[in-house]
Amino acid sequence: MQDAFVRAAERWPRDGIPRNPGAWIVATARNRAIDRIRRDQTLVRKTELLARAAELPDDEETTIPDERLELIFACCHPALGAEAQVALTLSLVGGLTTREIARAFLVPEPTLAQRLVRAKRKIRDAGIPLRVPPEHLMPERLRVVLATIYLVFNAGYGPPVRRDLCGEAIRLAAVLATLMPDEAEAHGLHALLLLQDARRDARVSGDGELVLLADQDRALWDSSDIEQGRRALERALALRMPGPNQLQAAIASLHFEEETDWPQIALLYGRLAELAPSPVVELNRAVAVAMAEGPAAGLELLDRIAGLDDYYLYHSARADLLRRLGQPSSTEYERAFALAPSEVERAFLRRRQNLLAPEP
Amino acid sequence: MQYMLLIYNSGDWQDLSPEQQQEIGGAYFAFTEELQAAGKMVAGDALQPTSTATSVRVRDGETLTTDGPFAETKEVLGGYYLIDVESLDEALAWAAKIPGAAYGTIEVRPVVTDYETVA
Repeated sequence: MQDAFVRAAERWPRDGIPRNPGAWIVATARNRAIDRIRRDQTLVRKTELLARAAELPDDEETTIPDERLELIFACCHPALGAEAQVALTLSLVGGLTTREIARAFLVPEPTLAQRLVRAKRKIRDAGIPLRVPPEHLMPERLRVVLATIYLVFNAGYGPPVRRDLCGEAIRLAAVLATLMPDEAEAHGLHALLLLQDARRDARVSGDGELVLLADQDRALWDSSDIEQGRRALERALALRMPGPNQLQAAIASLHFEEETDWPQIALLYGRLAELAPSPVVELNRAVAVAMAEGPAAGLELLDRIAGLDDYYLYHSARADLLRRLGQPSSTEYERAFALAPSEVERAFLRRRQNLLAPEP
Repeated sequence: MQYMLLIYNSGDWQDLSPEQQQEIGGAYFAFTEELQAAGKMVAGDALQPTSTATSVRVRDGETLTTDGPFAETKEVLGGYYLIDVESLDEALAWAAKIPGAAYGTIEVRPVVTDYETVA
């Protein structure tokens, strides 16, 4: 049994590219639904196919994997909304059913189905091209693809954790990196997801509570994920085109070391703040600087951040640093507590607040 | 495919100073020439200001005519280009070149050319 995509890809060189690629995508989606087989097996075969294709001489017969890439770019076209991009990518590229996607995003199935129908119609009717974007559009378009895959991962990272989504995101990142071997950030994303996923069993305790990195049981880290992630990161760094995903992957990789290299992590966050400025990056940088140079230096950076007043982790970090400076502030913890998005985070903060009590 | 590029600006042409009109007019002239030279232009025009607009709707067989545009908004439809290109990406690239894209908004809409396949 063949995947509809691969089948079409085999047919295109023979029959020519369909006159209306948008309609083709819709038709492919339908065919995929009809003869969809278990994803893992499909992906294994596709990966083999890709590996074989890479070894073949460069002639017409070797264009097989390219259409999958074109499909990813069509699903992540900026003319579609972010929610539609994620849903479409999972549906058409990942092969998830509407029910699976709806469940993962806690959306009623009819709503998700409607969203998919509308997105496919827009692809067809607005003439969104089924192609790999030309060079001058590539940076912008690739960013959307990478962000979409990251969103899929993040939706599964939880808590609550949804393994299937994390796994799917890693698979998508692997496919992207295989198809675009010269894009450092594609390898960077693959590395980042693997390295984050390596902590999945350690970062949530048996009773569903978040566990701080420093408190995690190292035996629960997935060493195979770490090894694969580091290999992907090496592939990315060899291309010498730094980017936000690679920096974050490098930071994640450093966190697996026996002795955490905080000065190096603070440096990487500084670089990340230059490449992809955001208050949350500044927050992480401030925390790393506090670890490297002491709480006073961290607090100074923290107090310069604007726009995180409603973010619970900002207040919890501030409370931590004040405590370490010997000026415990229960109002900061209360603020963090009030802003925490769910009971899991509140339980985490409660445990942190207990640390406010003087050490015995 | 054909796409309609609808040019929305904040305010009418008449609100601009003569210098601004000269500069923007020149930019539109250059854009139109480029579009024509590429063989992509089907049609294109500027519209008279919204003060000249009249809206018509028929309800229960009765024609209601009102002074003014369809919606009183800050951004007004100032003109359009109808282009014939390969894909949405190409339409978006042309839209980004319209002088008004730098200060207003260009809405890009595919045109129905085959009425069997209306969305």
